[in-house]
Amino acid sequence: MTTISDPPQESFRPSMLLSDTRYRSITFQVIALALLLTAIWYLGSNLAANLRAAGLNISFQFLGNPAGYDINQTLIPYTSQSTNLQAAWVGIINTLLVSFLACITATIFGVIAGVLRLSNNWLVRKLMAGYVEIFRNIPVLIWILIIYTIMTAAMPAPSAFRGDDPASSMMLGSFAFTNRGVYIPGPVMGPGSFIVVATFVASVIGVFAYRRYATKLLYDTGRLLPMLWPSVAILLVPTIVMFFILGMPIGLDYPALKGFNFQGGIQIGAPLIALWFALSIYTGAFIAENVRAGIQAVSRGQTEAAAALGLRSGRIMNLVVLPQALRVIIPPLISNYLNITKNSSLAILVGYADITATLGGITLNQTGRAIECVVLLMLFYLVISLGISMVMNVYNNATKLKER
Amino acid sequence: MSDTHAESIAFVRESSLPPAAPPDKVGGPLKWVKDNLFPTWANALLTVVALYFLYLLLAGSLPWLLNGVWGASSLSECREVLDGATGACFSVLTERWHQLLFGFKYPSDQYWRPTLALVLLFLAVAPVLFIDLPRKMLLFTGIYPFLAFWLIWGGPIWGPLFALVGVVVGYMVYARLVHNSFAKALAAGLLAAIAVWYVGGFIGDALRPASPLLEAVPSRDLGGFMLNMMLGITCVSLSLPIGIALALGRQSHLPIVKGICVVFIEFVRGVPLITLLFVANVMLAYFFPPGSGVDLFIRVVIMITMFSSAYIAEVIRGGLAALPKGQYEAADSLGLDYAQAMRLIILPQALKISIPGIVNIAVGLFKDTTLVSVISLFDIIGMIRGPILASTDWNGVYWELFLFASVLFFIVCYGISQYSQWLERRLATDHR
Repeated sequence: MTTISDPPQESFRPSMLLSDTRYRSITFQVIALALLLTAIWYLGSNLAANLRAAGLNISFQFLGNPAGYDINQTLIPYTSQSTNLQAAWVGIINTLLVSFLACITATIFGVIAGVLRLSNNWLVRKLMAGYVEIFRNIPVLIWILIIYTIMTAAMPAPSAFRGDDPASSMMLGSFAFTNRGVYIPGPVMGPGSFIVVATFVASVIGVFAYRRYATKLLYDTGRLLPMLWPSVAILLVPTIVMFFILGMPIGLDYPALKGFNFQGGIQIGAPLIALWFALSIYTGAFIAENVRAGIQAVSRGQTEAAAALGLRSGRIMNLVVLPQALRVIIPPLISNYLNITKNSSLAILVGYADITATLGGITLNQTGRAIECVVLLMLFYLVISLGISMVMNVYNNATKLKER
Repeated sequence: MSDTHAESIAFVRESSLPPAAPPDKVGGPLKWVKDNLFPTWANALLTVVALYFLYLLLAGSLPWLLNGVWGASSLSECREVLDGATGACFSVLTERWHQLLFGFKYPSDQYWRPTLALVLLFLAVAPVLFIDLPRKMLLFTGIYPFLAFWLIWGGPIWGPLFALVGVVVGYMVYARLVHNSFAKALAAGLLAAIAVWYVGGFIGDALRPASPLLEAVPSRDLGGFMLNMMLGITCVSLSLPIGIALALGRQSHLPIVKGICVVFIEFVRGVPLITLLFVANVMLAYFFPPGSGVDLFIRVVIMITMFSSAYIAEVIRGGLAALPKGQYEAADSLGLDYAQAMRLIILPQALKISIPGIVNIAVGLFKDTTLVSVISLFDIIGMIRGPILASTDWNGVYWELFLFASVLFFIVCYGISQYSQWLERRLATDHR
């Protein structure tokens, strides 16, 4: 028995809407569209009826009203008199801050653990396997709570640093770990500091320029310039010289115990540290697995072929293994960054003022504008996610194996 | 022949000597230690650092673990027993055991019901997990959801009973018609089931007993680790079929169907679960008919199911894309229509490829069920942060409680991932 998908031309009958492959797709799509529209209409009418019954409306006016609450860690100016919109901005910047920090440290943890998992040292291999399994199999929420508890319950209060024989002392005389957060020295910019910073930026550009030049020279003439020492010299020497010529314009402001708390320096609140560290160590375990898989994905023949060409082991790693492993590692790495950004919404647990805690937490509770707040919140995360996915697609297209 | 030769023969050994053990330098434990722990100077340094780290870890935790107090009734009593020594106060676990597992509102004389449901769960999932078990056990798996619902929520038996009857009738109608046309069989089965449920609703109302066999427990009284398990299992099993449908929709050639699926999947994957839980908590009630009062548990189940079905859809889409094109073409050339090709050829293979990914999603989802504590449901984390740490008896017992919760999650998640690796090996049909 055969199915004839293109029957001889005949006049249209209604039953062909179901039985003829030419019309069936149209039937199904019309049904799907009708179902979707019915669902939207049903939900929308329910929403309208419920809002009318509760005497509510949809309006974004509340964004312009004073927020009326304080936020302890802000990077942009904010007081309790600022608008709800400004509070949301503070939240957005805090979300981006903690995500950015956690992405960097998670990558460091993950790469170290992933490489060590492949070490030929049995003990180190097993330890790293233990780290990966333990952190991957316990919810990140528990890790955030555990690290927050370490930060607040197990750290000394600022008063423990007082007196001639204090119970706690500052690490290296400049870092204080207290239950209110970590205090680190902050830079003080004197006159002329701008020139020093500009010199440093120029040196960074100079390093890249030197490396490009060295590579070009290598490809053109085969002459190999030294890489490491010139790079370090270009990076540091001009800045240090400029620093002393201008009479040391940049100083450090050390935190010191004044009254009941530390003053000066930079304070990093306990919630930020807990969230940052928990996200990085949790996601680091996932990244470690990606790194391991990526390195293992490069077949042994590649390493052996490179060795047969006479390359040294460092060169083999840099020129042969890593470029191929990165192609496998980077896409899951970026989706792990996306996960960090989404998991940073758990900040609400430890009282870190990210977007979920400001717009989705306090603003929502104070104004009662549930629908508006949640919609804006989702929109923000959606924009971030789609942005990151776009970057990932661009990268994937750029590194796709060019098959001939 | 000379005598010398005969004499020399007498000295020939008739059996070979057992091989001597290799010298210590090329075998044995010493060799292993040298090869695996101290092959080079850098490696030896690494070993020493790792050993020191292990020492710190054990020296810090072992006295605390081994010196634990199990019998005290409050933190202050615990400290008296310890008398200044380092030690954990595990008595909070024994004291609040039932609260940690069942929440603080579940009627205490009914704890046997969720426990029985858990035991039966193992019986129900066994034939799904292990293909070698007799297929007849799947019957119990089919009954289990309704039985578990009745055990945990209690109340009149008619609700779950008629739900089960509806499913059975629907399946029978479907099984009778499926040889004719899959779509018609599905529609007829659904209609039959709905008809039974509708009629059953009236019969159930008429037969409502004065006092049900099992005391009814409202869903806001559920809590503890039981809530995590229930959310995890319910949402993963509900999201599997939805995820398959979404994945097929995303692969489909019909632009409208494809568009709907893509928008849904990308939207759900783009937002954190916590915002979806906010939706469940404060927003979803607006979308139900006025006065319907759907309770928070069901709203949370709806949102988590949406969440996980989008992720599962992406995993299955990966499986569908990984199948060689020849499989699709072979199914077409056999003259199978779309439903037959999918059911008989494509999906069984695609799902097999997707198993590791689906298990990863399931483990992640189970861990994410702890997020419901943020919207004030009292799951195990909610219990720890709320009623237990806030009580005067146990204010300040953090580590024991977090350790307990971590161990529970670790056992379940590690177990699932080990099972998935076993299953992958079991299902590997390619010849290596």
